Amino acid sequence: MKKLNAKIPEGKLEEKWRNYQLRSKLINPANKKKLNVIVVGSGLSGAGAAATLAELGYDVQCFCYQDSARRAHSVAAQGGINAAKNYQHDGDSVWRMFYDTLKGGDFRSREANTYRLAELSAPLIDHFTQQGVPFAREYGGVLVNRSFGGVQVQRTFYARGQTGQQLLLAAYAQLYKMIRAEKVTMHTRTEMLDLVLVDGKARGIIARNLVTGEIQRYAADAVVLATGGYSRVFRLSTLAIGCNGSAIWKAHKRGALFAAPSFTQIHPTALPQSSEAQSKLTLMSESLRNDGRIWVPKRKDDPRRANDIPEDERDYYLERRYPSFGNLAPRDIASRAAKERIDAGHGVGRLKNAVYLDFRHAIERFGLDTIRDRYGNLFTMYRKITGVDAYREPMQISPAAHFSMGGLWVDYELMTTIPGLYAIGECNFSDHGANRLGANSLLQASVDGYFILPNTINNYLAAELGAEQITTDHPAFAEVEEEVRAHINRILNVNGHKTVDHFHRELGKVMWRECAMSRTRLGLERAIRQIESIREDFWSSVKVTGTGEELNPELEKALRLANFLELGLLMCTDALQREESCGAHFREEYQTEEGEALRVDEDYGYVSAWEYADGTFKLHREELHFEFVQPTVRSYK
Amino acid sequence: MRVRFRIWRQDNARVKGGFRDYEVDGLNEDMSLLEALDHLNEQLVLRDEKVVAFEYDCREGICGQCGVFVNGRAHGPHANMTTCQLHLRSFADGDTITIEPWRAAAFPVIKDLIVDRSAFDRIIRQGGYISAKTGTAPEANAIPVGKEVADRAMDAAACIGCGACVATCKNSSAALFTAAKINHLNTLPQGKPEQHRRVSDMVQQMEEEGFGHCSFTGACEVECPEGISVANIAEMNARYLKAKLFG
Repeated sequence: MKKLNAKIPEGKLEEKWRNYQLRSKLINPANKKKLNVIVVGSGLSGAGAAATLAELGYDVQCFCYQDSARRAHSVAAQGGINAAKNYQHDGDSVWRMFYDTLKGGDFRSREANTYRLAELSAPLIDHFTQQGVPFAREYGGVLVNRSFGGVQVQRTFYARGQTGQQLLLAAYAQLYKMIRAEKVTMHTRTEMLDLVLVDGKARGIIARNLVTGEIQRYAADAVVLATGGYSRVFRLSTLAIGCNGSAIWKAHKRGALFAAPSFTQIHPTALPQSSEAQSKLTLMSESLRNDGRIWVPKRKDDPRRANDIPEDERDYYLERRYPSFGNLAPRDIASRAAKERIDAGHGVGRLKNAVYLDFRHAIERFGLDTIRDRYGNLFTMYRKITGVDAYREPMQISPAAHFSMGGLWVDYELMTTIPGLYAIGECNFSDHGANRLGANSLLQASVDGYFILPNTINNYLAAELGAEQITTDHPAFAEVEEEVRAHINRILNVNGHKTVDHFHRELGKVMWRECAMSRTRLGLERAIRQIESIREDFWSSVKVTGTGEELNPELEKALRLANFLELGLLMCTDALQREESCGAHFREEYQTEEGEALRVDEDYGYVSAWEYADGTFKLHREELHFEFVQPTVRSYK
Repeated sequence: MRVRFRIWRQDNARVKGGFRDYEVDGLNEDMSLLEALDHLNEQLVLRDEKVVAFEYDCREGICGQCGVFVNGRAHGPHANMTTCQLHLRSFADGDTITIEPWRAAAFPVIKDLIVDRSAFDRIIRQGGYISAKTGTAPEANAIPVGKEVADRAMDAAACIGCGACVATCKNSSAALFTAAKINHLNTLPQGKPEQHRRVSDMVQQMEEEGFGHCSFTGACEVECPEGISVANIAEMNARYLKAKLFG
């Protein structure tokens, strides 16, 4: 394989994106009609890309596994979206946002990508406002901001605690606008099962109609994956149950390099697990940390109720350890600090696996009405799920698997190592490095889909205009379709005695124990052996009832889990190879005396990009060059 | 904890369905209803039976994909809640819990508890958007929107598209769903230029999809997980009239 080329444009940081656009090839509107693009996924990045590509004139086919594009898990993002508008007059700028994001990611992302993310954030707020997103406003009519973790300015825009829903619905509406214009064909309840390459280029997909079970072929001039994160590999996560890594994993097995797979974020404020049967951990927005204070009892195994514990017997450990950022320390740090207190015996709740998030002081200071206005729907959600009124007693929260910074390796154009295959939004590895800052996820998904991809895909498609027209009759489609059918039959024919969920629970336990908030060489080596044995057991003992020719939820789950069982191996392999701590990747062997992450820039100042080689993984390195900032020790003290 | 599930089973849209009973043991009150169904499905697999098909995704009340009738009520015994937020602590040990799909002509059954709600997407397609291409937006603060106006738009925009309003309505009316989207966009200054066309086209599509008419019983707002007010329907009707007179 040739050397990884990120295709970073020349020039000063603030000129790179403009320079890129000046030089990229254009396609005239009459010719765009002749070009067909497949977009897999209809979340914020997928719907935004599909709608915008269709506006530009391309012929678009968009796919989602849900019953409607409006269900994609972008819908669940609560707290907000960052933008360097500096409306609060508090010293914000594109540069500061770029620096916060780069530092937040512990200097494991590209300067040029991260800068572009910050640069495009301000016009994105204009865009969503015009599309009718009801962002929070002041009485005078201007937009409001709040703070998020890892940042000392207020640059987060929000729509109550439903920001992701409102942005997604805006993107979904634009998508349906283009469906009405007959420029997008929408395929709901359709799941991509494999990628089709012709002469090394992405030329289409094989998909399964989830209602009829029909295996279908779709051809295109380019394929865009917008399939979201893969943290369901931990089984218990904040993600939707259907979220999966299948599309990117199949692309990986067809030749796309997978970058930084082990960089997965554990969110500090989810609801704690209450039983083995639990299917999901509900997120409580990071925005709550604006006004909520996190603490545990100073006394171990304190049997008293939270409200009975006096002030001087509470340990506000984030404020104690990180006085300048306090409760707004970044997620990786806040999660690790919670784990440290819980492991030390200070955890609260029935299973002693939680910490308190307390609003008492905020309510005293601002009044109940203000707190209700800011977070009302989150408090309601908390009550619905736990039965507890958080206006009267503190919430109990706990770390949970959340976001995948890792994903398919992409260059500056968001193209993977397979020509014509793009990855946008959470499913790529680009801007967040080893840890993502709160409210940067909606941002990245949106700018990738609306602003970046529609201005880079032309640079590839321009050359495809004269190329030979590939249809689904090409033998490559028949070949991949046959492999897909064989794979489905193999799963259906195991006919063992254990359920798919059984294996998912087993995998989740191993991943959570060894490849989550803190990792060790021994633990990761053990995890690799355990996952291999779970995988063997899966292929000899799994039981899936029903057939492939009908709506079959068990089969859908089994197909997704088969991929997670392989992805889990790669994540542990990556975490084992990276002998340093950075961001969310915390190797216990590499920490300071105070228990903070110890980065090893000389040996690991690169992006790990893994090649699939017949069941094993081969490492490629993209060296990170810091031309404009000097990586420093990341401190929030 | 032990319950008896009485669940609607139907192989596909072309065949008739019916209720089947399942005794399920080994549950606890912290489990959500959907987790209890997961548990039942694992037992069915081990007994070599087909699983119960039901919808879900986020399991935190926002995606709108889940939604079934539980003991004769949309999303179960509590007001303003999604099915995934319903926990077994709302039931007693030994209870019979009857679960059936949304019943509405415009929502045909696909399998077991899963219905086809694509009619909602087609209503949105007819104008549930603001026609503004990517790249054409003015500066966000250039058009002030007062807090009361933004809050009113947000109240309506909160709709999760689950279909409980239709399912619970004796006329299977989609008026609350349609009104919520129209009022969200028509309340905002950005939505004004297309306001008349939007309300006419979306209402027309709602009627073509075979939803019934609203007779203002207010049943919908009780089951709406976002508590969207039935007053939205009156507002939509006023907007519709205005569109017909001046549009």
